[in-house]
Amino acid sequence: MNSFFARKFVIQGIFIAVALIIVVRLFYIQIIDKTYLLSANNNVLRKVVVYPARGVIFDRHGKVLVQNEPVYDLLVTPREAKDIDTALLCQLIDIDIEGYKTRMQKAREHSPYRASIFEKQLSSATYAQLQEHLYKFRGFYVQNRTVRSYPDSIAPQLLGFIQEVNEKDIERSNGFYRPGDYIGGAGIERSYEDLLRGQRGVKNQMVDALNRPKGVFMDGKYDTLAVSGEGLITTIDRELQVLAERLMKGKMGSVVAIEPATGEILTFVSAPSYDPNMMVGRQRGNNYMKLLNDETRPMFIRPIQASYPPGSVFKVVAALTAQQAGVIDQNTSFYCPGGYRYGGGRAIMRCTHVDGSTDLIKSIQRSCNTYYGYTYARMIDSRGMSGPRAYDLWREGLLKFGLGHKLGIDLPGEKPGLVPTSDFYTKRYGSDKWRSGFNISLSIGQGEMGITPLQMANIMAIVANRGFYYRPHLVKGIGEKKIIKKEFTEKIDAGVDAKYYEPVIEGMSRAVNMPGGTAYSVRIPGIEMCGKTGTAQNPHGENHAVFFAFAPRENPKIAIAVFVENAGYGGTWAGPIANMLVEKYINDTITLPKYIQDRIYNANFIPKPAKKESIKKDTTSSKKDVPRQTVRNTPPEEPSNAAFYVHHSQIRNRYE
Amino acid sequence: MNRLGEKSFFGRIDWLTVALWLTLCTIGWFNIHAAVFDPEQPSLFNLATNYGKQSIYIFTALIIGFSILIIDEKFFISTAPLVYVLVVLLLVAVLVIGRNVGGNQAWIPIGSFRLQPSEFGKLATCLLLASYLSSQINKHPNKKTLLIGALIVLFPVALVMLQPDTGSALAFFALIFVFYREGYVGNELLVLGGLAILLFVLALLVNQWIIIGILFVVAALFAYALRKKRKYLINIGALFLGSLVYVLCVDFAYEQVLQPHQRNRIDIILGKMDDPRGQGYNLNQSKIAIGSGQLFGKGYLQGTQTKYNFVPEQSTDFIFCTIGEEWGFVGCVILIAIYLTLLVRLVNIAERQRTAFARIYAYGVASILFFHFFINIGMTIGIVPVIGIPLPFISYGGSSLWSFTALLFILLRFDSSRKGLNG
Repeated sequence: MNSFFARKFVIQGIFIAVALIIVVRLFYIQIIDKTYLLSANNNVLRKVVVYPARGVIFDRHGKVLVQNEPVYDLLVTPREAKDIDTALLCQLIDIDIEGYKTRMQKAREHSPYRASIFEKQLSSATYAQLQEHLYKFRGFYVQNRTVRSYPDSIAPQLLGFIQEVNEKDIERSNGFYRPGDYIGGAGIERSYEDLLRGQRGVKNQMVDALNRPKGVFMDGKYDTLAVSGEGLITTIDRELQVLAERLMKGKMGSVVAIEPATGEILTFVSAPSYDPNMMVGRQRGNNYMKLLNDETRPMFIRPIQASYPPGSVFKVVAALTAQQAGVIDQNTSFYCPGGYRYGGGRAIMRCTHVDGSTDLIKSIQRSCNTYYGYTYARMIDSRGMSGPRAYDLWREGLLKFGLGHKLGIDLPGEKPGLVPTSDFYTKRYGSDKWRSGFNISLSIGQGEMGITPLQMANIMAIVANRGFYYRPHLVKGIGEKKIIKKEFTEKIDAGVDAKYYEPVIEGMSRAVNMPGGTAYSVRIPGIEMCGKTGTAQNPHGENHAVFFAFAPRENPKIAIAVFVENAGYGGTWAGPIANMLVEKYINDTITLPKYIQDRIYNANFIPKPAKKESIKKDTTSSKKDVPRQTVRNTPPEEPSNAAFYVHHSQIRNRYE
Repeated sequence: MNRLGEKSFFGRIDWLTVALWLTLCTIGWFNIHAAVFDPEQPSLFNLATNYGKQSIYIFTALIIGFSILIIDEKFFISTAPLVYVLVVLLLVAVLVIGRNVGGNQAWIPIGSFRLQPSEFGKLATCLLLASYLSSQINKHPNKKTLLIGALIVLFPVALVMLQPDTGSALAFFALIFVFYREGYVGNELLVLGGLAILLFVLALLVNQWIIIGILFVVAALFAYALRKKRKYLINIGALFLGSLVYVLCVDFAYEQVLQPHQRNRIDIILGKMDDPRGQGYNLNQSKIAIGSGQLFGKGYLQGTQTKYNFVPEQSTDFIFCTIGEEWGFVGCVILIAIYLTLLVRLVNIAERQRTAFARIYAYGVASILFFHFFINIGMTIGIVPVIGIPLPFISYGGSSLWSFTALLFILLRFDSSRKGLNG
C-alpha cells in the first residue's frame, strides 16, 4: 500500500463511466433509434422482381406460334469476385480472356457492390455445364428468365421479336421498364406489348450480405405474384402459312390471304424470310446485323411496306368504280383494235390481243387495256367537269377501296401506298388543263400508283363480299376470354353498290375457269375461283408477277393476293401459288400437277448481287416520297406505251 | 504439501474471478457458434468450424490456467525478463517469417494454427514492467524510472507498429493506468488527456478558427475568474497556448500522419462521411445488427444480420454484434456487467496484494482488459474508430484466449500466494 492508493477509485471510476457510456449508447441504438431495425429488415429482405411469362401467341386453331423458353443470365458482383479461375469460366461460357476483362470492367463501372449482368441468355445446355462449376466462381450467380422460341420458325415479320429496352423506351414508359427488361421490338410483339408483357411480381427473399438467397420471408405472405401476359390468338392459319412460306422460298414478294367475311388474315408472307429464332439468344446481335445488311432485306415487311403499281389487277377496281360513277354499265362495249389511242391518236396503249368488240365481262377475262383506256377517258373527260376535278372523284372511289391510305392493320410500320392527288398532276403538267391522256397509265394500274399487297388482298375481300370489308387484322382473340378489338368488327363500305360486282366477278371467274382466260392454267377442279392476273413493270429486270383471287365464288372463304418480284407474267408464277394455297385452304389438298409444283418450289427469282451498284445509286438518290418518272420499259405480256411511267416507290421500297 | 495445505491452496484462489472468466468463455463459445451457424446445415458439433476449434482452445486454456496455478509464483517473477526477450524475438521473427493476413504481418503459422506474438507481447510487457517498477518501489517516483518503464512498453509497441497492427499496438498504451496508479503520472495528465481527445474530435468536426475562438473565450473567462491567483493565470495561459498549437497540429497530423483507411474510419465515426457500403460498411452493418436486437434480442441462433454474413469478422472482432442482435439490450447489459465486475474486481485484487510486483502486474492486467473491452465494444456501436482487436475471452481465436487466460491466471496465482504468505 502506498500514497497513491486513492487513485484506485479514479481508475474504477473510469471503468464504470466507460461501461455506462457503452450502456447508454446501446440503449440509444437498440431501444430508441428504430432506423437500425428498419435497415435490418431491408438488409435481409431483398425484393426480388419476378418476371412474368410473356403471353403465348397461337394460330387460329390454337397451335403455338410463339412460346417461352428458359434461358439463364450470368450475373456478377465485382466486389465478391475473387480468386476466379478465369480460363475455366471463359471456356465454360465460350468467351475469351479479353472479353472477360471488358465485361468485368463494365460490371465494376456499374457498381462494385451490386450485381450486373455478365453474360446474357446462356442456353440450358451451357447453363448445365456452368452450374457444376459455379461454386468455384465467387460473386457469380445465375438468374433465369425466359426468351421467345418459335417452334415452326415461321412468320418472323408479323410475329416480330423482343429486344432489350433502350433509354427512350424507359422514358416513354414512365419508369415501367427498367434497364435489362425486354420489350416487343416489332410485329405483334410490339403492337400488343401492353397485353403480352404481363405484370411483374415481387418476391420478398431473405438474403445474406452476398445476396445469396436464404429462404422465403414469412412464407411469402407479402409477395405479389407475377401475372403472366395475355395469350393472343392470331388469325393466321399455321399450315397455310407454312405452305405459303415454302412456296415463296427463293423468291421475293408477298402472299396475303384474308377471310373476307371477317377480315382475318390467314396468311401473311414476306419473302425472303428468316428464322425468327435467329433473333433470340447470344448470337442475336450478329444475326441482327446480318439481316440488316442483307441485300434482299428479309426484315422488310413487304405485305404492308412494299408498294407496287398493281398492274392489270387494278382493272377490277376500275371496272367497279366506273360503274358506280355511271360512266359504264355491264353492257358497255368498246372496240379493241389491239390498243388504245389517245393524245389525238399520236400515242397508243397496247393490248396483248386484238379482240374487237369487248364488253365488261370480257374486258376482265381478257384483261383488255383498250377497254380501260376508254373507261378512264370517260371518267376524266366526259363528266362535265375539269380534268383535275374529275380525277379527284375517281381518286375518292379508290380511297374507299382502301387504296392510298393505311388500312389500320394491327402491325407497326404499315405504309399507305400511293394514289397521287390531282394537284400532283397539275403541278407536273404546268396547269389544270390536263385530261385523261396525261396519266392514262393509271387506267390499267401503272404509273404513279402504289398499292401494298395487303391492300391488294383487301380489294379481293371487298369483291368477295360484294361491297364491304373488315379491317384486315392479325389478332382475333386476346386472353382467355378471346376478346376481339372493336375496330376489327366494324363493317366498312367500299362505296360501290353490290349489283355492280356481278359482271366483274363473272369476268374474274372466266379469267380462271374459261379457256382463253388469263389464268386458265391455274383453275381448281371443284372450286370456282375468281381471279385476275397482273404484271407490274420493273425497270431493273424482270417484271413482277401479280395474281389475286377469291374463292369460292359463292360464299367466299378466302381472298388472296400473291406478288412475286422479278418473276415475269403473273399467270405463270403468282397464279399457281395462289392456286395451291386456295385449294389447300378450302379442300385441304393440292391437285396441281406435280411438275408445276416443283417448278414453283425450285424457282429462284432473287436477283444476283451483281446488281448491287445500280441499286445503291437508286437508294441514295431517292429519299423523298414523290413519284417520279424514271425509265421507259416494255413489258412482255402487257402492251407498252411511250407514256408508261414506272412507279418510283417500286424501286425505293425494294431496295430501301 | 499435506492435505490441508492443498485444500487451503485451492481455497485461496479467487473463485469469483475464475467464475467470471469461465462465464465469459462460455458466452464466447455460444456466440461464436451462433455467428458461424448456418441454418441450412445445422450440425451439432464440428471441429472444423470456428466454434469447434474454440472448444479446443477453451479446453487448452483451462489446462494452461490451472497449470499456472500450480507453478510457483517466483517462477514468473524470475523469468519475466526472459519471457520479455523471447516475445521480442518472436515479434521480430513475425516480421520476417510471418504470414500476412488482411494487410497485417501478425501471424506465425505453426501447422494449421497461427500464433499471434503481439497477444503474448502484452503479457510479457506487463510482467517486465511489474518487475522493473517493483524494483524501484522504494524510491520516490522519478523521471528516469518513468522513462525506462515507458521504454519497456514502447519497444514492443514499435515492433507491433511495424507489422503494422495499430490496434494491438494501441492496447499497450492502456498501461498508462499503471503509471498513474504508481504515481509516475499525475491527475493533470488525465485532465490533459481528456482535453486532448476532446480537442482532437472538435478540431476535425469544427473549423479550427472557431475552436480557437472558443478556447480564447473560455481561457479569458477562467483568467477573469481566477485573476487574483497568479499561479493559475500562468497555467491557464500555458494551457491556452498549448491547446492553440495542438488544434493547429491536429489537422496536419490527421492529413499527414494517419493512413487513409484510418482517416476514413475516424471520419465515419464523426459522421463526416456517409458511406454505408464502402469504408463504413462494417460499422454500419454492425450497428444495424446490434440495433435490430432491441430489448430482448431475436433469440439464440435467430439473428438474421449475423447469420447471413452481413457483419464481417463476426466471430472475432465483431462478436459483440451477435450478442447484441440475439440477446438484445438486456443481454448486452448483462455482459457489460460481468466485464465491469471483473475489472473492478481486478482493481480490488490489485490493491490487496502485498507485493508491489503483484499490484503493478494486476493493474497491468486490468488496464489491458479494460482497453480491449472498451475499444472492441465501442467500435461495434460506433463510439470509437474501427480498430481490429478482440474482445477478451469471447472473440474466437487461440492466441488471444490463451494470452488473456495466462494474463489473468498469473494474477490469480499471485493473489492466492498473497493469502498463503499471510497465513
